Amino acid sequence: MAELKSGRGPLIRMLPPDEVRAWMRANKPKGQVSKLMTEREAIAKFVRPEQYVGVELYGGVRCPMSLVRELVRQRIGPLDLAGQGVLENDMLIAAGLVRRLDITYHGYEVYGTSPILRRACESGKVQTVEWSNAALAWRFKAAAMGLPFLPVRSMLGTGTFDYSGAKEILCPFTGVKLCAIPALHLDVGLIHVHRADEFGNCQIDGITGFAAEMARASKRLIVSAEEIVPHLEIQKAPDRTLIPYFIVDAVVHAPGGSLPGEMPYLYWRDDAHIKAYMEAVQTEEGAQRYLQEWVHGTRDHTDFVKKLGGEKRLAELRAEATTR
Amino acid sequence: MAAKEAYNKSEMLICSAARQMEDGAICFIGTGIPMLAAALAKRTHAPRLVAAFEFGGMGPDLERLPVAVGDSRTFHRAPVAGSICDLMEAAARGMVEYGFLGGAQIDMFGNLNATVIGDHDKPKVRFPGSGGANDIGSLCWRTIAVMRHGKQRFVPRLDFLTTAGYLTGPGARERAGLAPGAGPFRVVTDLAILGYEPASCRMQVLKLQPGATLEAVRAETGFELLVAADLADNPPPTAEELRLLREEIDPEHLYT
Repeated sequence: MAELKSGRGPLIRMLPPDEVRAWMRANKPKGQVSKLMTEREAIAKFVRPEQYVGVELYGGVRCPMSLVRELVRQRIGPLDLAGQGVLENDMLIAAGLVRRLDITYHGYEVYGTSPILRRACESGKVQTVEWSNAALAWRFKAAAMGLPFLPVRSMLGTGTFDYSGAKEILCPFTGVKLCAIPALHLDVGLIHVHRADEFGNCQIDGITGFAAEMARASKRLIVSAEEIVPHLEIQKAPDRTLIPYFIVDAVVHAPGGSLPGEMPYLYWRDDAHIKAYMEAVQTEEGAQRYLQEWVHGTRDHTDFVKKLGGEKRLAELRAEATTR
Repeated sequence: MAAKEAYNKSEMLICSAARQMEDGAICFIGTGIPMLAAALAKRTHAPRLVAAFEFGGMGPDLERLPVAVGDSRTFHRAPVAGSICDLMEAAARGMVEYGFLGGAQIDMFGNLNATVIGDHDKPKVRFPGSGGANDIGSLCWRTIAVMRHGKQRFVPRLDFLTTAGYLTGPGARERAGLAPGAGPFRVVTDLAILGYEPASCRMQVLKLQPGATLEAVRAETGFELLVAADLADNPPPTAEELRLLREEIDPEHLYT
């Protein structure tokens, strides 16, 4: 049997599960108390420099953009970051807030590579550690299960493994080689959902991405929601609570919170804005101009939506939403 | 029947990729050409094709073309809107027959690079990275790569091995810990349809695209290619395939 290999890492984040257990007992809100606050309050209250942050879903779909823009406005960094990114991670990197990235995919899909990621990596400014998509989701799952790692059968034999923080192990039952991926706990997770009550009970319509796993892997979880519903609405369909109140620390009312990304069944992505963004970020100066105009130049999410075209633009994007 | 030269390279790639899709199979689809190919296959020979998208969409009608692997069109009128773990774990259990992949580089064993050109830590070019590709290459039974032919893409040595093909040859996947009996199946390019010679796991030419010659395929490949004994011609896109593609699937010409 060949020697078992280790990815060269670095392993950016590895918290002992027992420490997290004790932290959860001491710090998480166990009662149903109101956690309603604004983006500004939630980001200021929970995000600190040097922390490890993650966002969900990804790219231009159900992405917590109102929270990300607020994080950029408050210039909290340097941060370590997990992901999956098109708009949200892209913007955080462009703002110079990211020092290390547990990367799986970061690009514009059909529109190609991200000039922001390219500049950050090719200049050596941001350090990347490689993972597969499922590996990152399963790392959150390991954390959600209170385990230090999970054995999986992805990444084996590849450079993706060699440049990750994973390790090969032998199965104690079958003897086959497995890839051990370490639990990934976030200091702060950001998730945008369709609806939540004031306590943080959340429902998502459509695919759930890795929301269930990431929510449970977050020490602090900030949720933004298109709609804040009475608690009774949650009680009428408790089977739909994907993220329960006791893992949520802040609930932000953010109609249009995924813009310029889409929100399944509610509104389609603002393609014109995304294209303008992609053109702007071709150069470093253009990227900074975009942030200045659309992030620092808007006071808050309401102001951003107004600048995007307000109710008129929202109505157009609602009309283009995928129907049921 | 087909009108000569009345189609472009993208259309030829899409039609060729669509023909690889098996009716009734579950098939992982990535952004771009595989999406168009799946939409075409569903309208032609494979109406019961189940297109699976890694963030949870499974079996949409593909009436409107998704623009991202997680967008709402990936589960429009679908039986399942699940999660990434749901779908990747289904593949790990052996439920997903095909996976479509792309990349910047491929080698003779079907290994793919979608991560960097040059040194990892100070790359000449940083690509988006594995995403679901490594999982698809590790967990599906058979993978089909779709890419343009060219010496800078078909290379003797990858700058970075993002996704496992046959790794270093026969038995290498199993020695690495990957499940047996799985691996690369086809490569669809603008010059040829390629497969893998079973004994050596090396890439071999199965069919030539319309107008392409074996010499041209060799000239655009940076490693030695094997050639199937029964080398055949891949028929050009039919008028009906092109009509569906242009009028129904991608009327705005986002991709072609």
